[in-house]
Amino acid sequence: MANDSNQMLDAWAEQNDYKWGFVTDIESETLPPGLDEDVVRAISARKKEPQWLLEWRLKAYRHWLTMDEPDWAHFPDHDWRPIDYNGISYYSAPKSDDDRPKSLDEVDPKLLETYEKLGIPLEERAALAGVAVDAVFDSVSVATTYREKLAEVGVIFCPISEAVHDHPELVQQYLGRIVPPNDNFFAALNSAVFTDGSFVFIPKGVTCPMELSTYFRINSLNTGQFERTLIIAEEGASVSYLEGCTAPMRDENQLHAAVVELIALDDASIKYSTIQNWYPGDENGKGGIYNFVTKRGLCEGDRSHISWTQVETGSAITWKYPSCILKGHDSIGEFYSVALTNMKQQADTGTKMIHIGRNTRSNIVSKGISAGNGQNTYRGQVKIRPKATNARNYTQCDSMLMGDRCGAHTFPYIEADNDTAIVEHEASTSKIGEDQIFYCNQRGISSEDAVSMIVNGFCREVLAELPMEFAVEAKKLLEVSLEGSVG
Amino acid sequence: MLQITNLHASVEGTEILRGIDLTIPSGEVHSIMGPNGSGKSTLARVLAGEETYEVTEGSITLDGEDLLDMDPDERACEGLFMAFQYPVEIPGVSTKYFLRAAVNAVRAHRELSELDAYEFLQLVKEKAQALALDTSLLDRSVNEGFSGGEKKRAEIFQMAMLDPKMCVLDETDSGLDIDALKVVSDGVNALRDGNRSFLVITHYQRLLNYIVPDVVHVLVNGRIARTGGKELAQLLEAEGYAGIEAESGVANGA
Repeated sequence: MANDSNQMLDAWAEQNDYKWGFVTDIESETLPPGLDEDVVRAISARKKEPQWLLEWRLKAYRHWLTMDEPDWAHFPDHDWRPIDYNGISYYSAPKSDDDRPKSLDEVDPKLLETYEKLGIPLEERAALAGVAVDAVFDSVSVATTYREKLAEVGVIFCPISEAVHDHPELVQQYLGRIVPPNDNFFAALNSAVFTDGSFVFIPKGVTCPMELSTYFRINSLNTGQFERTLIIAEEGASVSYLEGCTAPMRDENQLHAAVVELIALDDASIKYSTIQNWYPGDENGKGGIYNFVTKRGLCEGDRSHISWTQVETGSAITWKYPSCILKGHDSIGEFYSVALTNMKQQADTGTKMIHIGRNTRSNIVSKGISAGNGQNTYRGQVKIRPKATNARNYTQCDSMLMGDRCGAHTFPYIEADNDTAIVEHEASTSKIGEDQIFYCNQRGISSEDAVSMIVNGFCREVLAELPMEFAVEAKKLLEVSLEGSVG
Repeated sequence: MLQITNLHASVEGTEILRGIDLTIPSGEVHSIMGPNGSGKSTLARVLAGEETYEVTEGSITLDGEDLLDMDPDERACEGLFMAFQYPVEIPGVSTKYFLRAAVNAVRAHRELSELDAYEFLQLVKEKAQALALDTSLLDRSVNEGFSGGEKKRAEIFQMAMLDPKMCVLDETDSGLDIDALKVVSDGVNALRDGNRSFLVITHYQRLLNYIVPDVVHVLVNGRIARTGGKELAQLLEAEGYAGIEAESGVANGA
């Protein structure tokens, strides 16, 4: 039976069609491939940036040149093709960006249509009413909804390229503070060439009246996407933010190297959710996005709270460790993750929880699902610094295997330098049970529905953390990834 | 009507069922008894269509339809229900959600409209009342952390919800104390309606004091060695299986 069942699981794994793989035919202005100081200058000039930012970029670029690409990831049987950094174009924008749309009515209808097709309508009264959306297409933000309404309560939600001009003091104060340009290879690259991303500022005491979200889309060929997101929540402020990502099907690997920085002051709370569905490549491992992202939140204030939730179903390779620095006393960091790898996908993801303040708490729940030839790695670090009295961490790390060609790996690193710390780690690995599927069958439920039900149940704790509007989307996405005939 | 003819089945090349003939007319309750290893549970699993078991010869029909030609979920939709001896846990999936998916799958097969959340809860209420079962288990994950008795009660409740033609109870009495046994038996008896058939598989006669069968079959080494009325169960309780094993001449696996 084991064999039959593996064949069945492999069968659905192979049927996994990527439905976001279309290309939008739109005139773009694209820099030729290649990276040198002139490219950095060109990006900065294109965005009419102030001198300090150009200097900041150049410093990052020069530092990047001294760094080596990381090679620590776990790559069983993967024919890793080194990235040709000179083969990538670092800037691509729809032409209409020249006279950037002043309102939604002026956005290129082709772009509106693209987002419509992706299920992210940009009309303010459409399906996602109550959610403000910033749409980033290749290197630039093409539309941001509900800005006026948010401005009424003092919330700033705009492309970071605009924030550089409109709120320079905030950008200069916080940019690179949590992820410094020399933090790591990809963060340095991003700092040199980042093009757009979202900027969010929630002033003191304000609870953001709606969900904020950014929708990232890579469209152009041979283009890298290097977005930069910065979210600041002042004292007592709170916000829930979500990002979604897709890309066309291409035979070449494309690089996505984002940096996300969050900062929460006293009593502030930031909830950051990701639904990552970049093109995963085909069943032979051809094409797909390299998703190398640095995400870090600083709980600077006392009683501050940062929570990361991610549902990762896309990308050929994902390296991503959304982390929390728990500096404020009584601050809380959370990480909830579902990573699904199918075909030849590889996900190496997890978190770092750095406890610095007293009575800091962190909670980690990671659910890895591997199918086909997918490889799933949880890599996490919990660090209790000497002054973090009464720090507490709980980690739960569950892996589910489908079929016998995939793998699950767990690398937890724990360092406790304070005797009062309590750190707990629980891990489990299970095969999706043939007996569970048979039980569902015996109740009339098809194998396909059974697999999706069992997987959704396995992820329930994490899915429950997503904002309501997106929990349904995420569930659907998992189901679509599990679509196909079985038996 | 369930009709089993000359059924042979093997697992990994070892023959377990060696020619079973059995007919269960609509509305009747039959019991299969037998010593450990006689093939009782194998028969239940072959009926339900578990892939581990290979049917090498013979046929099974339910109301004339060839069950062996159907996948396990189709058999369920056609009205075959098996109450498992060891129901599996499905963490994170609420029993209510699971059961609604099951009920709607079966309804879709029977070309009935899908039940919405409200209609489903009405049905739950109605069935729970009829069976005097409480519905608190429905909000918990499927079988997760259930006691032995709770698992078996949940199976009977699912049976009631899916409205099957043919119910197979695979050692439903194992691990039950007398109170739980009574609750489960009352549930089954409430589902006896003159049309629905039952195949009650058990090692002990005890269960048959509560679910009184029309016919008792004794399975020895993969064959039905003897068939009789409910008094046959009492005879076995008194004398054990040794007599029948010796009589059927297959005691040593010949």
